[in-house]
Amino acid sequence: MNRVVVTGMGIVAPNAIGLDAYRKALCAGISGIAFLPKMKELDFACQVAGVPPVSDDMAMQTLGPEVFRNSNSSMRYALFAAQECWRDAGLPTTRAGSDVDWNTAAIVGTCLGGIDTIGDFVVPETNAGRVRRLGSSAAERVMASCASASVGGFLGLGGQVTTNSSACSTGTEAIINAYWMIHEGRIDRVLAGSSEASSVYTWACLDALRVTMRKSNDRPQAASRPLSATAGGLVPSGGAGLLMLESLSSAQSRNARIHAEVLGGHSNGGGQRNGGSITASNPEGIERCVQEALEVAKIEPSDIDYINGHLTGTAADTKEIRCLSAALGRSLAEMPWVNATKSMIGHGLGASGSMESIATILQLAHNFIHPSINCEDFHPEIAELAPRVPQVSVQAQCRVALKTSFGFGDVNSCAVFRCWDE
Amino acid sequence: MNRDEVRNTFVDLIKPHVRVGDPSAITEASLLVDDLKVNSTRFVDIILDTEDAFKISVGDDDMKRFERVGDAIDFICQKTVLV
Repeated sequence: MNRVVVTGMGIVAPNAIGLDAYRKALCAGISGIAFLPKMKELDFACQVAGVPPVSDDMAMQTLGPEVFRNSNSSMRYALFAAQECWRDAGLPTTRAGSDVDWNTAAIVGTCLGGIDTIGDFVVPETNAGRVRRLGSSAAERVMASCASASVGGFLGLGGQVTTNSSACSTGTEAIINAYWMIHEGRIDRVLAGSSEASSVYTWACLDALRVTMRKSNDRPQAASRPLSATAGGLVPSGGAGLLMLESLSSAQSRNARIHAEVLGGHSNGGGQRNGGSITASNPEGIERCVQEALEVAKIEPSDIDYINGHLTGTAADTKEIRCLSAALGRSLAEMPWVNATKSMIGHGLGASGSMESIATILQLAHNFIHPSINCEDFHPEIAELAPRVPQVSVQAQCRVALKTSFGFGDVNSCAVFRCWDE
Repeated sequence: MNRDEVRNTFVDLIKPHVRVGDPSAITEASLLVDDLKVNSTRFVDIILDTEDAFKISVGDDDMKRFERVGDAIDFICQKTVLV
């Protein structure tokens, strides 16, 4: 059985593009949430969102005209993140026309894949009787695997190239799935993570479900308020995060720099029973997920120094905290450091777990815990946790961290990371 | 638009799809797929771009006229009013 490490990362987030900019933005508590005129025009209740600053010019320059023309937002985010991740992993950067890399797989998950292509292009053109005008690339842009397929082709990957989808658990689940592939010796490297489009069609469904924050349209950067007494709902966003998971032996054989170790993880469901439903978690499912993740990682609850929570800014936040406390057998006052990256980047849905896992690893590697912004009015039901949730960035040498993600469908994922000091 | 202008416009619109390094490789005798290495999947996009650029329509039966650069130019010239 192989040890699994992270040798590269790539990030496209609403508050930053690129690892260095992301780390600095997280440390400084910079929000990437903005008012979107289009959401107001379409009469959304929530008119703020997190859209990564990837302009068309940037995409054209970085990806070239052919890829630009035949891609959508989730593909572009994934390709940007993949390029950075590959380069960060110290792998040869010239991939165009190169041989196939049979030793690297890719799992790039998503909730809604090419939803922007579907909504902006395929549906109106088809309904207008202009099917012929869809051209050659509509098919590759609408499929759920559009991002993984584009990354696989861009980098010439010959391992399994696939897409997982488990709602907001997706990104963390991709990392856990990649962990098992490498741990069991099936492949040396997996580019693992997820990508989510910035699309009003996705966000409309959440708005209609009335789970979005509708009281902060005039204060976008204060809108995403996990753990706050005045949290009013999630703030939707898009983006991508990719991690290069690699066997330790493969990493060492090529003298790769190691960001962190993946000790393990677990994904499960709560059966949508006993308090669980299509949109709510069964508390026992969360507790079992965390406890099984610790068992796989061979660590004790007392070993956990930091938790990057799912924490969306909804009524589910307090339940999550109580479940984590119960799973670890630690009172709220005794909890590890806890924060919510979503306070700055919003809820990236399928991309959330991977973007937040990268935030987790950056904090472990650089000895800080980023602020959980917008919870200065801490939720009174879990007030004892407040001292463990930084309002400004703190220096902290944490060794072991959990990343938890929970999704619609009552599905859970928990990954365990350890800082690399060998 | 005269024939030279049609040729220049058509060559410009196929250039992003051409995968041979040297642009001077594009001649009227060139076969788009076999010589210029255009991805055959993207052939339909070249047709759509031609329709948009020249304000003509290319029927399914006419698509084979686009296999060679010179034949495509001839087709476009026949469909448009040359001045």
